[in-house]
Amino acid sequence: MHLHKYEKIWLTFGLGSLALFLVIIGFAAFWKGTHPMSHIETIDPQNVEAHESFKPENLGLREVAEGKYAVNIVASAFNYNIGTDADGKPVKKIRVPKGSTVLFQITTKDVVHGFQVAGTNVNMMVEPGHVSRLETVMKNAGEFTVVCNEYCGIGHHQMFATVEVYE
Amino acid sequence: MTTGKSRKRPVIESGNPQTGINLKGTFISVMLLGVFILVTWFGLYALFLSR
Amino acid sequence: MLKNTLFPKKEARLYMAFMHVTFASLLIGGLMGLLQTLSRSGQFKLPFGINYYTILTVHGVILGLVLTTFFIVGFQFALMGKTVGISDKQRKWGWIAFWTMLIGTIIAATTILVGQANVLYTFYAPLRAHAAFYIGLALVIVGSWIAVFVNFRQLYVWKKANPGQKSPLLAFMVTINMAMWFIASLGVATSVLVQFIPWSLGYAATINVLLSRTLFWYFGHPLVYFWLLPAYMAWYAIIPKIIGGKLFSDSLARMSFILLLMFSIPVGFHHQLTEPGIDPTWKFIQVVLTFMVVIPTLMTAFSIFATFEITGRRKGHKGLFGWFKRLPWKDVRFLAPFIGMVAFIPGGAGGIVNASHQMNTLIHNTIWVTGHFHLTVATTVILTFFGIAYWLVPHLTGRRLTPKLNKLGIIQTIIWTVGMTIMSTSMHIQGLLGGPRRSDFSNYAGGEQVSTWISYQVAQAVGGTILFIGIILMIYIFIQLAFFAPRGIQEFPIAEEEVDADPTPKILENWYLWIGITVALILFAYTIPVIDIIKHSPPGSLPFDWPIGR
Repeated sequence: MHLHKYEKIWLTFGLGSLALFLVIIGFAAFWKGTHPMSHIETIDPQNVEAHESFKPENLGLREVAEGKYAVNIVASAFNYNIGTDADGKPVKKIRVPKGSTVLFQITTKDVVHGFQVAGTNVNMMVEPGHVSRLETVMKNAGEFTVVCNEYCGIGHHQMFATVEVYE
Repeated sequence: MTTGKSRKRPVIESGNPQTGINLKGTFISVMLLGVFILVTWFGLYALFLSR
Repeated sequence: MLKNTLFPKKEARLYMAFMHVTFASLLIGGLMGLLQTLSRSGQFKLPFGINYYTILTVHGVILGLVLTTFFIVGFQFALMGKTVGISDKQRKWGWIAFWTMLIGTIIAATTILVGQANVLYTFYAPLRAHAAFYIGLALVIVGSWIAVFVNFRQLYVWKKANPGQKSPLLAFMVTINMAMWFIASLGVATSVLVQFIPWSLGYAATINVLLSRTLFWYFGHPLVYFWLLPAYMAWYAIIPKIIGGKLFSDSLARMSFILLLMFSIPVGFHHQLTEPGIDPTWKFIQVVLTFMVVIPTLMTAFSIFATFEITGRRKGHKGLFGWFKRLPWKDVRFLAPFIGMVAFIPGGAGGIVNASHQMNTLIHNTIWVTGHFHLTVATTVILTFFGIAYWLVPHLTGRRLTPKLNKLGIIQTIIWTVGMTIMSTSMHIQGLLGGPRRSDFSNYAGGEQVSTWISYQVAQAVGGTILFIGIILMIYIFIQLAFFAPRGIQEFPIAEEEVDADPTPKILENWYLWIGITVALILFAYTIPVIDIIKHSPPGSLPFDWPIGR
């Protein structure tokens, strides 16, 4: 089996490009810690309240340190429970300052959901029995729609929230 | 596949990759394809980093 | 191998049966696609209270699983019949395969249409469809397995009768594709038979969601290669004949198919990159393996260009790209697959991005992904299948592709190209802006971001409408070729090797070796993570019926 010399050059170039991509994403993942969300912790989907982070009073946004926030969310068809505001109304919008570090922690009580802060790199699957957890720096200001991006039933498109990153 | 049925022709014209057939056009085409892949990938990696 | 001799009637009838289901699926599935894009534009409401997710499920199942599988099994039977022959007994088993698949399809489709399976074609647990849906799907797969073993048997019998000879290239390729399909579909079959059916019938209380998804995607990625490989068969071994050339290299074609077999399967995690419960190191290992599957495609790209250039130069066309100008642009048997090849350039580049580990968060479950596979499967693969149908259908029915039908085919190809360019491009852009896939029209919380998405959804409806016109035209051409075109002999084009081609190394037909490596790679990529998933599994999930309106 013989390769034409141009094919050898082409395959070397192609393999080199693929190797370069792998080196870049491998370096970013293993040395800089930018793996895609792969949190290992499990939870009983029928009793998520037993987990400290998902007790009703702990849901929603909380400043844990200067410029550091945590958001706890329980997803269910077809709603994100982000806690209640001072008037007891369900929270639909999270506001954080630009440049802050935000830890998103989310789980589901029923079926598989998605959680994407559209326009950012916050994009994770939410599966029954698992906790999805991702910490990120909100680099850009703006209003970002949170969408459930994994089909969860016939009300799937009505499942949303908003993240506002202010200057 | 059948072999040896076709008419005779000089070896230089054949597509046998072993021989020195002119594949310059092919080479330029695939390299353009490679550049397209590189541009796409780095463009989207930059978008990823900016978010 | 009498390429210009028609198949015996009884043989042609089997292959045509698969074609009829293919094009009936195209019409039904395409209509669903049209309704989806119209509905999602926000300008139209679905009539009679039809649910968006019902038509979305029909669209995915009928086009992604039924159309593709029927066309591929039928086309591959025809290739085997032409190159290695089929016995009466094998043909009978071919019919059993056909009917098993068809009955499965009808059961699954009916269940979806009566609203008992709004679970989309991925049927992710713990959404629970009616058991009939899973049983129907299982029958489609079992039917395809019968075809797998008939094809294996056909090659085996030929080898016995032709000792020491290398197998015909197309028969080799069919066998590779069927070996891959069988190994891969074991995953989804296990999940459906062991997990879904007992659970949907109430014999098992709960289901392991992550395990079911992992088994699905163990199957789900080779599935797309099962679609692509028949297109590659046409590109390697049929298109050269259509443009008046020869095979570029029998050995390299076989080598690339072997690499596709080895690296198509141990890569399913790249569909699960953003899922909890899977170690990121194992995700990265499968990302590396995914990049390996790019290599045979790089080889394929070179081989296609080289076939074009060698053929053109031999005809006396000079200059760097003289050969390119003189390709048979007015022959739809060439033009349609050619557009398919072009679409695979952005399709493939996008695929590398999708599989790039953390970069996946840029596009995961956004409508970019829908745009991606409408380039790869709904353009590259389907236009190549159309390109095959233009000669295969009349060859089977003893008719001819007339100049008029050829012209209609060219118009069809152009309509498809325009419609898909509009639809797929707007999907890609909307996806990068965060617009989700698989969602009915929604204003969400309103705002600028959402209104931008909606403007792209309107563009998708325009593209979808153009594509549907293309489907109607294709159906018309198919009916003409099947029933009304003038009688005659349409060539079954199979390219030959160069006279002085290098002999193909015997090792390329060492099935034990290649299947052995394939299995070893699968065991390497999956054993530890699957043990992890089972060992660290959370309490199982109860079934959920109400979210899908049951």
